[in-house]
Amino acid sequence: MNRAGQGRVVRVNGPLVEVEGLAAAAVAEVVEVGPQHLPGEVVASGEGRVTAQVYEYTGGLRVGDPVVGRGRPLSARLGPGLLGGVFDGLLRPLAGRPHWLGPGALARPPGGAAFHFLPGARAGGDAGVGTLLGTVPTPSGVDHRVLTPPGVAGRLEWVAHEAEVGEDEPVAVVGGRPVAVTEEWPVRTPRPARARLDLSAPLLTGQRVVDLLYPVAKGATAAVPGGFGTGKTVLLQQLVKWCSADVVIFVGCGERGNELADALADLGGLEDPRNGRSLLERTVVIANTSNMPVMAREASIYTGMTVAELYRDMGYDAVLLADSTSRWAEALREFSSRSGQLPAEEGYPAGLASALAAFYERAGRVETLGGAEGSVTAIGAVSPPGGDMTEPVTAHTERFVRCLWSLDRNLAYARHYPAVTWQRSFSRDAGPIGEWHAASGRTAWGRDRERAVALLAEADRLAPMVELVGLQALPDRERVTLLAGRLLREAVLQQSALSPNDASCGPAKQDALLQMVLAVLDRCLQLVAGGVPASVLEEADLSGLTRVRDEVPADDAGGVRERLVQALASLESLAAPEGSRGGSPAAPEGSR
Amino acid sequence: MNRAGRSLARIPVEYRGAREARGPLLVVEGVAGVGYDELAGVRLPSGERRRALVLEVRDDLAVVQVLEGTAGIDPATVAVAFEGRPLEVPVGQGWLGRVWDGMGRPLDGGPPMLGADTRPVAGSPLNPAVREVPRDPILTGISVIDALTTLVRGQKLPVFSSAGLPHLELAAQIAAQATAGGDPFKVVVAAMGLTHPDAATLRAALEGRAEAGELALFLDTADDPVVQRVLAPRVALTVAEHLAFDLGQHVLVVLADMTNYCEAVREVSAARGEIPGRRAYPGYLYSDLASLYERCGRVRGCAGSVTQVPVLTMPAGDITHPVPDLTGYITEGQILLSAELHGEGVDPPVDVLGSLSRLMRKGAGEGRTRSDHPAIAAQLVASLAHARQVRDLAELIGEPALTDTDRRYLAFADAFHATLVRQRSDESRSLEDTLGRAWRVAAELPRRELTMLPAEEVAAHYPDGGPGG
Repeated sequence: MNRAGQGRVVRVNGPLVEVEGLAAAAVAEVVEVGPQHLPGEVVASGEGRVTAQVYEYTGGLRVGDPVVGRGRPLSARLGPGLLGGVFDGLLRPLAGRPHWLGPGALARPPGGAAFHFLPGARAGGDAGVGTLLGTVPTPSGVDHRVLTPPGVAGRLEWVAHEAEVGEDEPVAVVGGRPVAVTEEWPVRTPRPARARLDLSAPLLTGQRVVDLLYPVAKGATAAVPGGFGTGKTVLLQQLVKWCSADVVIFVGCGERGNELADALADLGGLEDPRNGRSLLERTVVIANTSNMPVMAREASIYTGMTVAELYRDMGYDAVLLADSTSRWAEALREFSSRSGQLPAEEGYPAGLASALAAFYERAGRVETLGGAEGSVTAIGAVSPPGGDMTEPVTAHTERFVRCLWSLDRNLAYARHYPAVTWQRSFSRDAGPIGEWHAASGRTAWGRDRERAVALLAEADRLAPMVELVGLQALPDRERVTLLAGRLLREAVLQQSALSPNDASCGPAKQDALLQMVLAVLDRCLQLVAGGVPASVLEEADLSGLTRVRDEVPADDAGGVRERLVQALASLESLAAPEGSRGGSPAAPEGSR
Repeated sequence: MNRAGRSLARIPVEYRGAREARGPLLVVEGVAGVGYDELAGVRLPSGERRRALVLEVRDDLAVVQVLEGTAGIDPATVAVAFEGRPLEVPVGQGWLGRVWDGMGRPLDGGPPMLGADTRPVAGSPLNPAVREVPRDPILTGISVIDALTTLVRGQKLPVFSSAGLPHLELAAQIAAQATAGGDPFKVVVAAMGLTHPDAATLRAALEGRAEAGELALFLDTADDPVVQRVLAPRVALTVAEHLAFDLGQHVLVVLADMTNYCEAVREVSAARGEIPGRRAYPGYLYSDLASLYERCGRVRGCAGSVTQVPVLTMPAGDITHPVPDLTGYITEGQILLSAELHGEGVDPPVDVLGSLSRLMRKGAGEGRTRSDHPAIAAQLVASLAHARQVRDLAELIGEPALTDTDRRYLAFADAFHATLVRQRSDESRSLEDTLGRAWRVAAELPRRELTMLPAEEVAAHYPDGGPGG
């Protein structure tokens, strides 16, 4: 254990500690620094000196203090206690720790926890890597599957009977080695899988602008760049709450403490549509708020990714949300600046791009070592300074991700939420996802999406012209396009995170809303072609259409279609000759 | 709460002579057993004593920043003693009703603050798992804030301003008038790098609160040493955290001006020869600001709260400048002041469309302020956004070409600024008054335009005999 021997501190500069006398310290090895055994990690080693980044506040640390090498890389303890928990960047539980966090060692959590183990295999057979040995049921329904861990294989010599077991107590013996419900894994090393699978099944998010326009596949990657005040955190929290994953890992990486408290309270109060229990029970929260030690922020996204891979290997669809990767990059920058590395763009280390790429590359849909299918979808928020999309973290990230959901300040100022702009967003998996939808019965999805994208682009092209020459000067067809473009934005793309009906939207209602707008567009185009002036149609009261998303339940496609029928009727009555018009152009009596 | 790490009692060894004095820094040679971030005493030949903090230890060198600055220090003749503990201040009620400098020394001729109970000024991070969601309002008596960007206990809501705007007056008014619905309420103000006239104005505006024993004022003026500017907010927050989380009071902390603070951080960083980031601010400015701004909130099982109103001036009015930008990423919204509105005589010149209180949805409404509050606030903001589009359109095509409805929007925007926003700096309005004004402003629009208001609220509050519609 004490392979590397004992060294002594020779320099302390914030989280950077230099050490002499550690015999054989490998890069990425864990060291314990000073009398409090502060956890640190070797980032450079040579010429008798080792540079370590320390994950705790280093106040009081002195030259000459002892340093011990642990002879192993920074690892996370992965066990059944993760779901529903709140952890720091090193995956130490925050529950039960004091109100005010002082520096602490990388001590193991108290071993008192016991889990209910159900055997899932019989002794005697062959247990390759990834073989299901048993499960630990959890209230969330996402059972913890105990598998033969990577690196262990052979004959299954013994499996425990159904029993309460401690977290490190063996529940099986495979090839002579004991296996417990908890394992350790080095966080910077991707967990192995048998094969990568292609991306086609969508991760449904309940957010229309994502699911309809810029869909993300299970196992893909997405980035959400947005300046402050553009609603980045709200969008991410919506994804945590409503996405169709089995397990969500939320990494609060250098963000606000109050926000985290809010998210925890929200998740605790939200009902899981699958089983009516609290959503928090299938969420893992890693909280490293902006005032917590900065290097633990750097480690936290790897810790989170490792947890996500653990559930992937059990055959689940896991989603990792990191808010915000910019704060992670800043931790890299802070450290590289203290260690005197040559800076690249804006003071970030030259390795930023490759570190980002490697992180997102850990996402994927795979065939696990045990032959099951699982996925990790990685979604990272990006906080560009001054909203500058050319800054290094944003510019590099958008090269590596499959989806980009750019948040736009002008949309946010106009209270268009979620402020995902169609001008700077993309989804590179829309094609295969369209085919997947078609194969599962949503045949119109791809065509409707194309029409919506085209409509938005056309409306954007016309908008500056209106400012120049006025609406009246445009041909009727284009005026109808503008009308429909506005309807698309207000009735479909805008979505209220606070409304019980609108916060999440089911696939059927999504399709119905989009088809409603397209139907109105088609009818209006027919009407103007038949000689009805666009100005008449512009006077129509379509507020019933813009409000329907908020007024009918999340799965009520029928309610949406009812509104469409009413709106079409009111358009007809407007278009009818002057004398035969009804008294009121508004929706008929009895409408909701 | 002690973050000292360890408290090995140690008799301070005094080291004679330093190698170098540079900016606020002193490099001391030949030291042993000096801890990072610990406190040191610096003695000049004249007998004068200053304090310093260890920024880095390397082999037998210690780099310290002298809180009072290095002016008058000949490195060859100073003596430095390391104390083996972090910089701490006494805590307690004794800070209230008094005026102090940025390091907590009396400026009002009274006795120094003494107390057996001390806390390190650097504070400790609050365990995010024990935070309570902020949800109760603080009423400032300022209509535009109370109605549209409600301040919530435990929130951090900065004021973004530009040079020449009355942000200090606004901050002083908030500090003077704010209340927490009858619960014990205290105000801690840290003024950083203010000019003497500004400092005097602030003192005068807060006199009443000071006399009531509800205010601790820490004044760091522009001619004080820069390191003191870096410490002033930490001293203030340490005092506030004790009042809030140990004594269970609601505490409002006003930090003005954060731009001066950031410049002081940059100055110290440059003196250390650190690699500069954006606009030459150090790369850790975000974390540094977070170490201040995150020292607010509520704690489960604790009655008190710390609420922050930082004030900053955006250099050249640029909201993308690192100081407002990084602040905006940490704080929960912002109150944006506009030079244009100020020019039109609208004071306080709050640009409502650029302002936002992220926690308002928790702190306003039924049981918090009034049931109609969130809806009327949302309606006013949305209508104002439309009114701004109408104004742009009117500039292009002329006002006569507008529709009747659009002309009502222009009248609405005027009424909004005249009735709701404009307010004297010594005028405190009740919530009833403020919301009454909000409805009178809304009544400038036809009823059918008030689409965000539930019908029953319109029926209850839309003034009869208004322009109608």
